[in-house]
Amino acid sequence: MNSTLFCQYLFAGLTYGIIYAIVAIGFNIIYNTTGIINFAQGEFVMLGGMIAISLHAHMPLLPAIVLAVLLTMAIGGLIEIFFIRWLQSPSVLRMIIITIGLSILTREAALHIWGSSVRSLPYFIGNEITSIKVFSSRVSPQVFLVVGVCSVMVAALSLFFKYSSLGREMRACAANRRAAILCGINPRNMVTLSFMLSAGIGAVAGCVMSPITYSQYDMGPSLAIKGFTVAILGGLGNSMAAVAAGLLLGIIESFSISVLPLAFQDAIATSILLLILFVRPHGLFGSSAAARLKDF
Amino acid sequence: MDSARRYIPVAALLAAVVAVQVATALTGTAYYLTQLTMAAYYSLVVIGLCVLMGYAGQISLGHAGFFAIGGYLAAGLTTHNLAGLKNHALVEFLARSGLLLSRQDSYGATLLTVQPWVACIIAVLTAGSIAFAIGGPVLKLKGHYLAMATLGFGIIIFRIVLGSAYFGEADGISGVPGFRLLPGLEVSGDFGARIQNYYIAWGLLAIGLTLLLNLIHSRVGRALRAIHGAEEAAGAMGVDSARYKLYIFVLSAVFAATAGVFVTHYNGGIGPSEAGVMKSVRYVAIVAVGGMANLWGALLMGIVLNVLSLRGVFGTYDDAVFGSILITIMLFAPQGILRLGLGRRLRVLFARERK
Amino acid sequence: MALLEIANLNRSFGGLRAVNDVSFTVHQGSIKAVIGPNGAGKTTLFNLIAGNLAPDGGEVRFNGRRLNGLLPCQIARLGLSRTYQNIKLFAGMTALENVMVGRHVRSRAGFLAGMLNLPATWAEERCIRDKSMELLDLMGIAECADLEVTNLAFGQQRAVEFARALATEPALLLLDEPAAGLNIYETGEVGELIRKIRQQGITVLLVEHDMSLVMDISDEIVVLSFGEKIAEDQPLAIQQNQEVIRIYLGEEEEGSAGGTENAADVSGERVVTHA
Repeated sequence: MNSTLFCQYLFAGLTYGIIYAIVAIGFNIIYNTTGIINFAQGEFVMLGGMIAISLHAHMPLLPAIVLAVLLTMAIGGLIEIFFIRWLQSPSVLRMIIITIGLSILTREAALHIWGSSVRSLPYFIGNEITSIKVFSSRVSPQVFLVVGVCSVMVAALSLFFKYSSLGREMRACAANRRAAILCGINPRNMVTLSFMLSAGIGAVAGCVMSPITYSQYDMGPSLAIKGFTVAILGGLGNSMAAVAAGLLLGIIESFSISVLPLAFQDAIATSILLLILFVRPHGLFGSSAAARLKDF
Repeated sequence: MDSARRYIPVAALLAAVVAVQVATALTGTAYYLTQLTMAAYYSLVVIGLCVLMGYAGQISLGHAGFFAIGGYLAAGLTTHNLAGLKNHALVEFLARSGLLLSRQDSYGATLLTVQPWVACIIAVLTAGSIAFAIGGPVLKLKGHYLAMATLGFGIIIFRIVLGSAYFGEADGISGVPGFRLLPGLEVSGDFGARIQNYYIAWGLLAIGLTLLLNLIHSRVGRALRAIHGAEEAAGAMGVDSARYKLYIFVLSAVFAATAGVFVTHYNGGIGPSEAGVMKSVRYVAIVAVGGMANLWGALLMGIVLNVLSLRGVFGTYDDAVFGSILITIMLFAPQGILRLGLGRRLRVLFARERK
Repeated sequence: MALLEIANLNRSFGGLRAVNDVSFTVHQGSIKAVIGPNGAGKTTLFNLIAGNLAPDGGEVRFNGRRLNGLLPCQIARLGLSRTYQNIKLFAGMTALENVMVGRHVRSRAGFLAGMLNLPATWAEERCIRDKSMELLDLMGIAECADLEVTNLAFGQQRAVEFARALATEPALLLLDEPAAGLNIYETGEVGELIRKIRQQGITVLLVEHDMSLVMDISDEIVVLSFGEKIAEDQPLAIQQNQEVIRIYLGEEEEGSAGGTENAADVSGERVVTHA
């Protein structure tokens, strides 16, 4: 493998990896406040991209993206209000089935609205042949945008949960729901907020990745399973570790092309998922004891 | 005594099966039989999954994977031409043992393939062994982890059939021959054999149902329900929950694989959509609608929903309908549709034997 | 003869030593009680014996056989049965079916035999049913046999749990607060019942808060405090033991220790539900 190819694989891996990390963080945010794994997480990414593409036909890029993210957040919030909020301590099995159902419905709605064709947003800077020279290979500026925007999001979320009072309230609900209620926090609102937040970051990721990876109505499940793999790799609920795990998975996947047929690329993440669930369900980085201490 | 009462509804079911066939013959609507046959096979998967989910309390989002293992192995073995390897010692040995079948394809060339019954046994045993092998680590997981692990298993099987030339990649496998169970009794899509295939399918379903009904009313079935009710206490009563869960997992995989084998012979082929995640979700949906720990409910819903779906009643909204059903049932009637007031009469009807 | 031997048993949760170097033996045919303030480690001790928790150190011997590392279901098969402080019945099953599960270790019909409904299993099934009915009758709740257990009154649920534990025909029965939530009259009945159980040759080890019950029926009492055994003697001697009196009556003075106690209780509870 020459260094040009190496760099290309590396950057492709980083791009996908950071997206997986964002999906994983989306899982974590909802998991931390509710104990639910939202199987419809990948659909938020799809919605963000698809809505932005439709809006972009009528307005410039930036407002289209901002509006798309806000709309997706609203959808996330509404989903929580209509399907989750009023359930009295539902069983895990019930929640799994409901979120799977939501994922199917969202996907089918997208199919009927946008059809099954592959769409994409234009490159934010320049076009598909614009590139920046890095070492010996040429990399699209969009790649840097994806990595940059996602990194900023991760940092901002981390600050939000650490320093803002709202973020602290959400963490309080995650740590001890009843104690949070006694402190005057309404945990239900926090859950709605966590759905909006995770829909929002998913939508942002869906927009910035769209020019490179394209958007399609059925992109959600595969993103969700990879995001979940990453979330588990990092230890469910641990978002900083999820970033590291995301990058790791992205890079493993992109380098796997040189050894495995493309058709099996998707099976890699799944195999890793099974392996990690069998061997270390508390994640690569965390100890089993630390896995119980939820933070962010 | 007890078991006799258990068999009465099964007998009633068989009577209904005959009545439906006679009715379609009289009204000239025999074309319904095709969908009813398919629905019976899919319901075999559903009742197997019902025991796993409802009685052992373990979710599986990978049952389409077991169905596909059965179907694809049966299809692959009965269509893959071994004529070129005729002189190979192993092929020769198999041929001499009567395990191979020689026939002509539509172009008149000689096809040497594995006998369908041998393929069937291999397919079902393989599915069972895979379930046994992955069941150990998978069933240690709970909740979301279990759901994701079984989903992951389903995806891997889907990717394998989609990516392997042997399994026909995106086209799947076609040209699968009929499966002769007994002389004059063959599982095939042959138009003339429609009625006998209808009876084969329903006969198989009735056998499967009887086995499961027996199981859940036995000592083992009680232990399973105990595990579902309070796992720790079941352990304290000497119930080895890990082992029973594993057995049930294997059993339900065998049911799915058997259905896969028969559907493949009936359709004369199989495609990757049978291995898809949506199929697994659909099986779960049907079990949920039937009321989880309710074999008759699962069976009823399996037939109704599959017939509707196969007849194309839902049109392009097929998946959406199943998604909506899942959500609606889980939101408003997590105990299943038969537990609703509307279904009370049905319940009374069925309650006698469930006791 | 010692039926159950507990030697230097240890178990910590994080920094908390829930059971600290506890040793005692339970003799065949006796009734032994473990008492102690909340959070003394009694339930943890039971979970260690029954195999729901693994000890950090020490060992448990039952009939001379080492139990460490065995699964709860394996221990149950050796003849050890238990009830729970917070009743754990099989929801969705009738009272009779609950007790029938207790016969699991005393019957053998397997997977295939069950699926094929072999005639060979019929006699066994009838035997299971008869024996279970008998036990419900003994507990005085035969009329509840066909009711779903979640519909039963609290006292009846406790009785079903008793019958279920007895259905395994145990050599040793662990009772975790059998009188919790019962009134004085019912507590007296439980005492009678425990005596009856002993008459059948079943050894009993119980954890109980109700002092009158414990003093009334026990042959010997072990007192735990903060995970340590502080006394082991006959009821009368325990009543006069200064250390025990200090713990029970002097609790108020040690108000500062209250926080730790609660922590012990909570962590014990958590592990029980997760195990």
